[in-house]
Amino acid sequence: MAVAAETRKRGKSRTTAAAPGPDRGRLERAYRDMLLIRRFEEKAGQLYGMGLIGGFCHLYIGQEAVVVGVTMALEDGDQVITSYRDHGHMLATGMSARGVMSELTGRAGGHSKGKGGSMHMFSKEKQFYGGHGIVGAQVSLGNGLAFSNWYRGSDRVATTYFGEGASNQGQVYESFNLAALMKLPVIFIIENNKYGMGTAVERASASHDLSRNGAAWSIPGVAVDGMDVIAVHEAAQAAVAHCRAGKGPYLMEMKTYRYRGHSMSDPARYRTREEVQRMRTEHDCIEAARARLQAMGLDEAAFRRIDDEVKAIVQDAADFAQESPEPDAAELYTDVLVEG
Amino acid sequence: MATEILMPALSPTMTEGKLARWLKHEGDKVRAGDVIAEIETDKATMEVEAVDEGTISKLLIAEGTEGVAVNTPIAELDGGNGAARPAPVSTPAPVPVSAPASAPVHHHAPVIASLPEEKDWGPTAPITVREALRDAMAAEMRRDKDVFLLGEEVAQYQGAYKISQGLLDEFGPKRVIDTPITEHGFTGMAVGAAMTGLKPIVEFMTFNFSMQAMDQIINSAAKTLYMSGGQMGCPIVFRGPNGAASRVAAQHSQCYASWYAHVPGLKVVAPWSAADAKGLLRAAIRDPNPVICLENEILYGQTFECPTDPDFILPIGKAKVERAGDKVTIVAFSRMVTVAMQAAEALAEQGIGAEVINLRTLRPLDTATVVESVKKTSRLVTVEEGWPYAGIGAEVAMTVIEHCFDWLDAPPARVHGIDVPLPYAANLERMALPQPDWVVDAVKKLL
Repeated sequence: MAVAAETRKRGKSRTTAAAPGPDRGRLERAYRDMLLIRRFEEKAGQLYGMGLIGGFCHLYIGQEAVVVGVTMALEDGDQVITSYRDHGHMLATGMSARGVMSELTGRAGGHSKGKGGSMHMFSKEKQFYGGHGIVGAQVSLGNGLAFSNWYRGSDRVATTYFGEGASNQGQVYESFNLAALMKLPVIFIIENNKYGMGTAVERASASHDLSRNGAAWSIPGVAVDGMDVIAVHEAAQAAVAHCRAGKGPYLMEMKTYRYRGHSMSDPARYRTREEVQRMRTEHDCIEAARARLQAMGLDEAAFRRIDDEVKAIVQDAADFAQESPEPDAAELYTDVLVEG
Repeated sequence: MATEILMPALSPTMTEGKLARWLKHEGDKVRAGDVIAEIETDKATMEVEAVDEGTISKLLIAEGTEGVAVNTPIAELDGGNGAARPAPVSTPAPVPVSAPASAPVHHHAPVIASLPEEKDWGPTAPITVREALRDAMAAEMRRDKDVFLLGEEVAQYQGAYKISQGLLDEFGPKRVIDTPITEHGFTGMAVGAAMTGLKPIVEFMTFNFSMQAMDQIINSAAKTLYMSGGQMGCPIVFRGPNGAASRVAAQHSQCYASWYAHVPGLKVVAPWSAADAKGLLRAAIRDPNPVICLENEILYGQTFECPTDPDFILPIGKAKVERAGDKVTIVAFSRMVTVAMQAAEALAEQGIGAEVINLRTLRPLDTATVVESVKKTSRLVTVEEGWPYAGIGAEVAMTVIEHCFDWLDAPPARVHGIDVPLPYAANLERMALPQPDWVVDAVKKLL
């Protein structure tokens, strides 16, 4: 997209016109996808509270614009890999809400038949490579996805998401070096939500501009307002075009925010309620998209239709996730090795 | 339509908590995501958010109430638009189930699957282990374009130990890839590539350096098939020299056999002869699972007879009886097969018939071959270069005890590397690694 470079500089959407058109269509889709993730995660939080979801459960609430904006810039066959805060990424790639929610409840209907849980889901069909529980591991693995495109001579692009906390892991820098050395088609997407668990980014990283963390390897980097789905989309289009053209890796720092704790059992005492409230009221990605769509003329009935559609998908997923049986006992022993 | 809001659990172990504070009151309108209350446990204070929109019609639990059980209704919400369905309040509080008090025992020990006898591959010719490994990779790379080799110095330098000699010339830089010295990074990259269906061979200059990459080998390569419910396999080979070489001291002299053999989701092979090396590496490359191939630097230059049939391959999981005997079974792998064979020779001179089993595969273990032999000889001595604690010898001995305890005429014995970091000094190094006379002594104590 021709305006992408300019948009990136501004870090703001150019979508302010009031007329319906392609921009409104795009924003409407983004709004719907972000709302689906938000409602899904709220429901997951509720089911967790009821004891139906166990273990670790990291919600994506607040960060929805990042994965939705990036995904809109991708094409079929482009690969996605991320950390354990992965429910939103799976929904964005088109994996079924039923499959994700029933994996959370540890049921046979889950994407991993109940054997992976919140942090470990995959879909070959949607080119989603997990869902990884070890901080930073997905960055090396993501290079492998890009390597595969390079090896096969395909123009597909790998997108590797990781948090600003992971950005201090050694293998991230090994991966920057390898990707730049081999000119791998990979977009490194740092989701900077300001806190690695309870540690503020300033207390963990001596780098004050994470978008420049690839500078030593001349990896182009851009900082993006990750609460603005259109800004994310347009910046991602430029990144994808760069990688697809064979110019090597690209780095994006998404400045975003998570409203919930690191995981469900995090009381989040390392930040003030006012800070969270300010982000929610002044910078919420869904509210911003809603306001823009209203300005573009989308009426209340249309919003209601979207809300109802999303609510129905989430309720259906929640019902399915409770009705789906637990995995058969025989599943304990399957899938350890590929037989034959 | 009224919906009940339930007391949430903050963690899987929470059963009750204090309703510390209401932030909304009867009659207040709420939207999904609004914080409505704070609850406390002895560990944390958390906010409760509304999941649906509507109006709080009733607060059922007073602020400050302690000991509110999880899933107790704490408030009622009137749906805002009629579309909201009641939260699934009827679900009884599912107590998070940990392991049952008496977990069912599902050990697989009694099952002994015997693989078919090995094919007779016909004529042989002498080659070194080094050539055998190179030939195996070349043959598989010719056969399958998805197979490639990467590692430090594998391409232009032709391999730190010259295992990849000539491969760059034949297959080019796209399939024989020099990496920077960055084990964690390139191993993760190779594992990711394998998840897409490519078949990487990762050469570790020595297995000591695989420790830098162990997270990717175990957490990513070995576990992803299981965690993905069988969707995403990882057809990859990790290979390189393992164990002590000569005078390179503790950090460069370590046996990883028991480390990797411990892990479900991995297969582990440890070739001794050139035929083992060629046949097992070819099988490892074709295997759809992650396979660890533990080679040995000292064996690289040694010559063995190897079948010349271009299709020669060995099955993973099949041990080989290298020498028949009736008084004792000596089980060894990798370079320790040489030690075991020398010991058997010495024992034969004293009229003691020792049967030597070359395990060849450490996981899955060929239990049938070992058990069959011990049933014949009634004595077991294991030989390994690595440390004894939780080692392969311990595993083999326990397997024998489980399967043919009644056939044993003496307790199983282990010969192993001394339980210290390997020293540099020539005399100390020699004292730390198993020698043939150690095996002879161990056998004689059992007779």
